[in-house]
Amino acid sequence: MSKSMKYAAAVLGGCLPAASAFAAWELNMPLGVTDLSREIHGLHMLIFWICVLIAIVVFGMMIYSIVKFRHSKGAVPANFDHSTKAEIIWTIIPIAILVGMAVPAAGTLIKIEDMRDSELTVKITGYQWKWHYDYLDKNVSFFSTLSEDSNRARQKGSGIDPNTIPNYLLDVDNRMVVPVDTKVRVLLTAGDVIHAWWVPALGMKRDAIPGIVNEMWFRADEPGVYRGQCAELCGYDHGFMPIVVEVVTKEEFEEWLKSKQADGAEIATAANSTDSSDATMIVAQAE
Amino acid sequence: MSTAHTHAHAADHEAHDHHGPEKGWRRWLFATNHKDIGTMYLLFSLLMFFIGGAMALVIRAELFQPGLQLVDPGFFNTMTTVHALIMVFGAVMPATVGLANWMIPIQIGAPDMALPRMNNFSFWLLCAAFTLLLLSLFVAGGGPASGWTLYPPLVLQTGNALPLAIFAIHLAGASSIMGAINIIVTIMNMRAPGMSLLKMPVFVWTWLITAYLLIAVMPVFAGAVTMLLTDRFFGTTFFEAAGGGDPVMYQHIFWFFGHPEVYIMILPAFGIVSEIIPTFSRKPLFGYDAMVYATAAIAFLSFIVWAHHMFTVGMPLAGQLFFMLATMLIAVPTGVKVFNWTATMFKGSISFEPPMLFAIAFLFLFTIGGFSGLMLGVAPADFQYHDTYFVVAHFHYVLVPGAVFAIMAGVYYWLPKWTGHMYNMKLAKVHFWLSVIFVNLLFFPQHFLGLAGMPRRIPDYSTQFADWNMVSSIGAFGFGLSQLLFVYIIFATIRSGAKATDKVWDTAKPHGLEWTLSSPPPYHSFEVAPEVK
Repeated sequence: MSKSMKYAAAVLGGCLPAASAFAAWELNMPLGVTDLSREIHGLHMLIFWICVLIAIVVFGMMIYSIVKFRHSKGAVPANFDHSTKAEIIWTIIPIAILVGMAVPAAGTLIKIEDMRDSELTVKITGYQWKWHYDYLDKNVSFFSTLSEDSNRARQKGSGIDPNTIPNYLLDVDNRMVVPVDTKVRVLLTAGDVIHAWWVPALGMKRDAIPGIVNEMWFRADEPGVYRGQCAELCGYDHGFMPIVVEVVTKEEFEEWLKSKQADGAEIATAANSTDSSDATMIVAQAE
Repeated sequence: MSTAHTHAHAADHEAHDHHGPEKGWRRWLFATNHKDIGTMYLLFSLLMFFIGGAMALVIRAELFQPGLQLVDPGFFNTMTTVHALIMVFGAVMPATVGLANWMIPIQIGAPDMALPRMNNFSFWLLCAAFTLLLLSLFVAGGGPASGWTLYPPLVLQTGNALPLAIFAIHLAGASSIMGAINIIVTIMNMRAPGMSLLKMPVFVWTWLITAYLLIAVMPVFAGAVTMLLTDRFFGTTFFEAAGGGDPVMYQHIFWFFGHPEVYIMILPAFGIVSEIIPTFSRKPLFGYDAMVYATAAIAFLSFIVWAHHMFTVGMPLAGQLFFMLATMLIAVPTGVKVFNWTATMFKGSISFEPPMLFAIAFLFLFTIGGFSGLMLGVAPADFQYHDTYFVVAHFHYVLVPGAVFAIMAGVYYWLPKWTGHMYNMKLAKVHFWLSVIFVNLLFFPQHFLGLAGMPRRIPDYSTQFADWNMVSSIGAFGFGLSQLLFVYIIFATIRSGAKATDKVWDTAKPHGLEWTLSSPPPYHSFEVAPEVK
C-alpha cells in the first residue's frame, strides 16, 4: 500500500496538469457526432433536470422539516397520520411526469430501431480480446487489437507511465473507417463469449453475442476519430479491447477501401504462391 | 406456540418455568432461540461485510491510478465477482434475516419463530454456502471471475471454482427459502391476539412481502445455475447457440430472479426506516396503509421489469417499450414511500440520535439512487449508461447508503434493546459522519466516470478517468476504515455500557411491542401473548 501511496503522491504532484489536458474531471456525458447520440444526450439532460427539480422539492421539504421542526428548538409534534388528498396528489403528479418522459423516450427508441435504408453494412465480431471488422460485399476485413505501446505499458510492473502514452488503452492497430453522412448498419456477433460494442460519440451500445446477430446503426456527421471500449465483461483482458472509429469523407473512404482491397488481393496471391499457413489464416479471416 | 417448548435441552432450570440458554458452544451450534440465531446471522453478516469490503478495497486500490500495479486482470475480475456475491448473499441478506429473527417475534408478540429447528438449519447452511464460495478462490483456475451475474458463455470458462460457486448458491438459496418460510409461518400464525394484518409494524409487513419474493425467485436462480452446471459438465446446451440453446435466455432467467432480489435487499430496509423516522420525529408514520400498499405494489412490479437490466441484448422494439414503461412505473410507489417519510418528519419534533441520522441519510441518498435508477430506466439513455460506472454508482447508492445504512440504523435503534446497554452516542455519531462523508466521496464521482465513458469491471483505464478514480478510491478506504468503529461500538456495547431502559428511546411509539419487554428481552420473548388493541 505504502508504495502505491507514494506513487499516488507523485501522480498528484506531477501528472495532474498533464492529465487535465485529456478532459479530466469530466462531469457529464459528452455530446456525440450523430443525430441519435445528440437526441439521447437531450433525453439524458431532460431526465436529469426533471430529477433535479423533484430533488429540489423533496430534499427542500426534508431540509425544511429537519431545520424547522427540531426537538431541541422546542418543536411540538402534530398528530396527523394521513391525508388522502396529499397522497392522491403525490401519486398523480409523478405519473404525469413519467408520461412526459416516456413519450420522447419512446420516439427516440423507435428511431434507434429503424434499420432501413442503410448505405454500408459492417459485420463486427467480438473475440477474446479483439474485434474483427468485415465490410460486407466490399471484400475488406481485418482484426483490430490494442495498440502496441498501450499493450506494453499496461503490463503489470511495466514501469511505463500511462500518462506518457497517447490515448492509453483507447488506441488500436487497425481502425474501423467509415464515411461521413452515411447510414452505417452494424451487424454484431461474437466468436466466443458475449462482448458489447460501444463508442460513446456514436451514441449506441449493443451486445455482440455468439450465435446471435444483433443490429444497430449510426450516421456520423463530423469527420474525426472516435474511441470506445468493449462494454460487457468478457474475461481476462476485457479492459483491453478498445474500439476506434475513424470517420472520413466519402472520397477518402473509397480510397481507403481500394487500398484495403488491394492489400487483401496481395495477401491472397501470396497465399496461393507460397501456401504459407500464416497467409492462409489471414485469407480465411478475410472471407 | 408449543413449538418453542419442544426445545430438547431444557437442562437449565430457573425458579419459575423459564428455560435459559444452553451453556457454551452447544448454545450456538444447536441454537433454536430466535434471538441467538438472529445474533449469529448479524455477526455472520458483519464478518462477510468485512471480507467483501476487503475485496472492494483490492478493486479500489488497483483503480487508484491508471496502469496495473497490484493484481492481474484475472484476479481483479475474481474480486469484482466475489465481492458482489458476498455482499448480496452474505452481508445484506443475512443482516436483514438477522434483524427479522430478532425483531419479528418480538414485534408481533410471539415467544419465538414458528419453526426453530429449521431456523437453525438455515443459518448453518448459509455458513456452509460461504465456506464453499470462499474455498472457490483457492482452487485450480482461480475463483469465479465472470461477474456475479454468471453470464454464459463466459462463466463456462471458469475452472474448478464453478461447481463450488454453484453449490454455494444452491445452499444459500435453500437457506433463504427456509428462512422465508419460517418468517411467513411465524407472521401468519403467531401474532398476538388483536394484531390484525393492518396493525402489524411496517418492518413486519415489509419482511412478509420480502419472504414471498424470496420463495418466488430463489428457485428460479437455482434452476438457472443448475442449467449452467449441466451445460458445463453434462453436455447440455441450454445456453449455447451451437446446440440450439440461447445465451440470452440465461439473462432473462437470471434477471427474473435478479430484479426481485434487488427488492429483497431494500424492502426490509424500507421497513426499518419506517420504524425509526416516526420514533425520532415524535409523530406517527404518515400514511401507514399507503406504505403497505406501496410495498406490495413495488413487489408486484419487480416481477415485470427484469429486462431493463439487458436493454442492450437486442430485444424487439415492443419489448423495450414495455420494460421501459414498467420500469418507470416503479418510481410511483417508491415516490409514495419517500413522500410519506418526508411527511412523517413534517411538523414533527425531530431529534438526531444515531439511528435517526442514518435514517435521514438513507432518505436523501437512497433517493439519489432512485433518480439514477429512473434515468437508467429510459431505454435510449440506457444504451449510453449500460455497463458503465454510472450503473455502478446507481446500485451502490441504493445498496450502501440505502440498504446498508438502513441496517446500521436498525442496529443502532435496537442494539440497546438486544444487549440491555446503551452505546456510546458520541462515537456512534462520529461513525455516522465518517460513513456519510466517505460513502459520497466513494460513489458520487462514479456517476461522472460512467457518463464520461468508463466501462465497469475493468482493471485499468484511460488516463482521462484518472482523477475521479483517485477520489473514489480515497473515499473507499475512508469508508472501509470507518467501519472498524462500528465493530468497536457493537462489541463495546455487548460487554458494557449504561443500563438501557425497557423503552430505550423515550420517544418510541407507545404501541410497539418490543418496547414493552425488558432490555435485554427474556429468553422466550413473549411467554404470554400480549393483548393488542
